[in-house]
Amino acid sequence: MAIIEQLTQDFLRTKKLPHIWCPGCGNGIVTAALVRAIERAEYDQRDVVIVSGIGCSSRAAGYLNFNTLHTTHGRALAFATGLKMARPELKLFVIMGDGDCSAIGGNHFIHAARRNIDLTAIVVNNHIYGMTGGQHSPLTPEGKKATTAPGGTVEREFDLINLARGAGASFGAKGTAAQPRQLEQLITRGSQHKGFSLIEALSPCPIAYGRRNKLGGPVDMLRDMKEKSISVERASKLGEEELAGKTITGVIFDLEAPEYSEEYYRSISKEK
Amino acid sequence: MPETKPVLMQGNVACAEGAINAGVRFYAGYPITPSTEVAERMAARLPDLGGVFIQMEDEIASMAAVIGASIGGMRTLTATSGPGFSLKQENLGYAIMAEIPCVVVNVQRMGPSTGAPTAPAQGDVMQARWGTHGDHPIIAFSPASVYEAYYLTVAAVNLSQKIRQPIVMLLDEVIGHMREKVLIPETGRLMVEKSSDKVPADWKPYDDKGVTPLVPFGFGHYYHVTGLFHDQYGFPTTDPPQVARSLDRIHEKLDKYRDEIVLTNYIGHKEPRVAIVTYGCTVRSARAVVKKAYWQNRKEVGLLSLQTIWPFPEQEIKALAKQADVILVPEMNMGQIVGEIERHVRGEAEVVPVNRYDGEMITPDEISEAVGRWLS
Ligand code: SF4
Repeated sequence: MAIIEQLTQDFLRTKKLPHIWCPGCGNGIVTAALVRAIERAEYDQRDVVIVSGIGCSSRAAGYLNFNTLHTTHGRALAFATGLKMARPELKLFVIMGDGDCSAIGGNHFIHAARRNIDLTAIVVNNHIYGMTGGQHSPLTPEGKKATTAPGGTVEREFDLINLARGAGASFGAKGTAAQPRQLEQLITRGSQHKGFSLIEALSPCPIAYGRRNKLGGPVDMLRDMKEKSISVERASKLGEEELAGKTITGVIFDLEAPEYSEEYYRSISKEK
Repeated sequence: MPETKPVLMQGNVACAEGAINAGVRFYAGYPITPSTEVAERMAARLPDLGGVFIQMEDEIASMAAVIGASIGGMRTLTATSGPGFSLKQENLGYAIMAEIPCVVVNVQRMGPSTGAPTAPAQGDVMQARWGTHGDHPIIAFSPASVYEAYYLTVAAVNLSQKIRQPIVMLLDEVIGHMREKVLIPETGRLMVEKSSDKVPADWKPYDDKGVTPLVPFGFGHYYHVTGLFHDQYGFPTTDPPQVARSLDRIHEKLDKYRDEIVLTNYIGHKEPRVAIVTYGCTVRSARAVVKKAYWQNRKEVGLLSLQTIWPFPEQEIKALAKQADVILVPEMNMGQIVGEIERHVRGEAEVVPVNRYDGEMITPDEISEAVGRWLS
C-alpha cells in the first residue's frame, strides 16, 4: 500500500484529478498498470516521456507526472518518431485508442512498426470511439452496434497484433483491464524490449459501447473479459475450435530485429 | 556578417543550407515537386553533421515528426508544396498552439489540387495565412532571390526558436529552382542561442508574462504539451478567462517582436506617384521596371517588396498609401494579397491588381504597361 501511495505522489499529477473518465471506465486501470510498470522497470522519471493521441484514453498523459505530449488525432506515433530520433536515450510510452491508432493513425502505426523504432505503444482497445459518443472503429467486432452502425457493423475488424507483426514490429502482447497485474508485466516487458513494442490492452467502455450492446455494467464487462481470456501458454495446447471466441493474452511475439534509431545513428557514425 | 564563400546555388538548396547554418539538425519530409531538392540536400548533409534526416510515410507524419524533434530540443525543418502543405495544416496549427518552433518550407506550385506541379504560381498566400483552423497567428516569409531564400531561412530558424512560433517559408517555383550567387559564411556561424535546459527555478512553459525558452523534454521539467487550450504549465483548461488569455498570448508575441518579424524593402522614388507592392519572384520583374522608370528616367515610381507577407506589413502599406496615388499589386494568382492591401489603404490610394495565372511569370513589360497607364 505504501508503495502505491508513493507512486501516486511521484508519477501522478494528483492536483489534476479527478480525471474526466466515466465511472467504470477501464482507462484508469490501464493507466495504473502503466504507472506500476514504469516503477517496476525502475526508469529514471526524467527519461520517461508519455505521448498520446486524441480520445478518452489519451487524456491519461495529462495525469502522469513526466514530460507528457498530448498530440493530434492519430499522429502520436509520428510525433514520437521525431522525438525518439532527436533524443534516442528517452523512454517513450505512446498511449492511443483503437480508432486513434488503427483508423486515422493506421499509416503511422504500420510505419512505426516497420521501422521497429524503440518505443512502447499501448493501444487501449475499447472497441469504440468513446469520446465522440460511440462510433464504430476498425477494432469494433463485426456485428456489434455503434451510433454509426445502429444495426451492427458489417465491417471486419483488424487483428492489431498480427498487423504489427506483419509490418515489422518485434514485440506484441495483449492484456486486459480485467487482469491488471498481467497487463503491468506486459508493459514492463514491452518497454524493456528494444524495438517497436505493441501492448494491446482490452478495456471496458461501459458508456459508449457496453450499454448499446447490452453487455451489462462495468463489472459484467470486466468479468466477461476475464472469462474469455486465455493465456498464450494454455492456448497453445488447444485447437482452433476450442479457441473460438477467446482472447489470447500474454506475449504473442518477441523477436529480435534491427531497431531504427540505433541503426540510424550507427550508420551516420560510419559515414563520418 | 563575414560573408566568405561565393557559391552558385539553387533556391531550394539555399533553404537547406541556410537552415543548416542556423543550427537545424533535423529534417523530416516527404517527396513532392517542386520542393524535393530541399530534402535531397538535407539527406546528403545532415548525417555528416550528426543530424537526423528521415523520410516519413506522409506529409502529416513529417510535420508531426518535426514537432516531436523540436520538443526534444533540435532545430527542425520540413519542406513541401501545395498538396503537402494542405496536409500539414492540422499539425502546423498544433505547433502554433503548443508554441513549438519549426520552419515549414512551401515551394508553391500552381493549384488548386494537383494543379501544375512544375509551373510557378503564388496561389498559397491565403492558405499560408488561414490554412489551419481557428484564430491563429502566422509568420510567412517570401524570398525574392536565392540570397533571400538563404538568409530568410536563417532568420526564420532563429526567430522561430526565439519566440516559439512556427514559420512558413513561402517560396515559389521560380525562386526554388533558380540558381544564383550567394555569399555564405562557414557552417554554424548563423545560429543564435542554443536551447538550454538551464532555466530559472520559476520557469513556466507558457508563462503569462510572455515567451519563455522551450526546455526540451528529458531534463526534469515535467510539463505538459497539448493542442488544447492550456494554462501556464500546459494543462488543459476550459476556464473562459484562461482560454482567452491562452489565445491572446500567442498573438501578442507577434506584436511584441514585430520589428524583427516584419521585413520589407523599398526602392525607387522618395515620393512615388505609382507604387508597386509585391513579393516572391514577381519582385524581380517589378525591380526591372523600377530600374528603368526611376533609375534611368527619374519617373515617380517605387517598389515595396514584402519579405514578410504574414503578419501583413500594414504600417508600411499605410505609409506608402499616404504618398502614392496608385498601388499596383502584381501577383501570380487571381488576387490574394491585393485584398489585404485594400483593407489597409482604405481608399487613400487606388489599388490595382495585376494578375497572371497561366503558369508563367509576370513579365516586366506587363508591369511596365500598367505603370505607364497610371503615370500618364
Ligand atoms: S466514454 Fe467510454 S472510454 Fe470514454 S471515458 Fe467513458 S467509459 Fe471510458
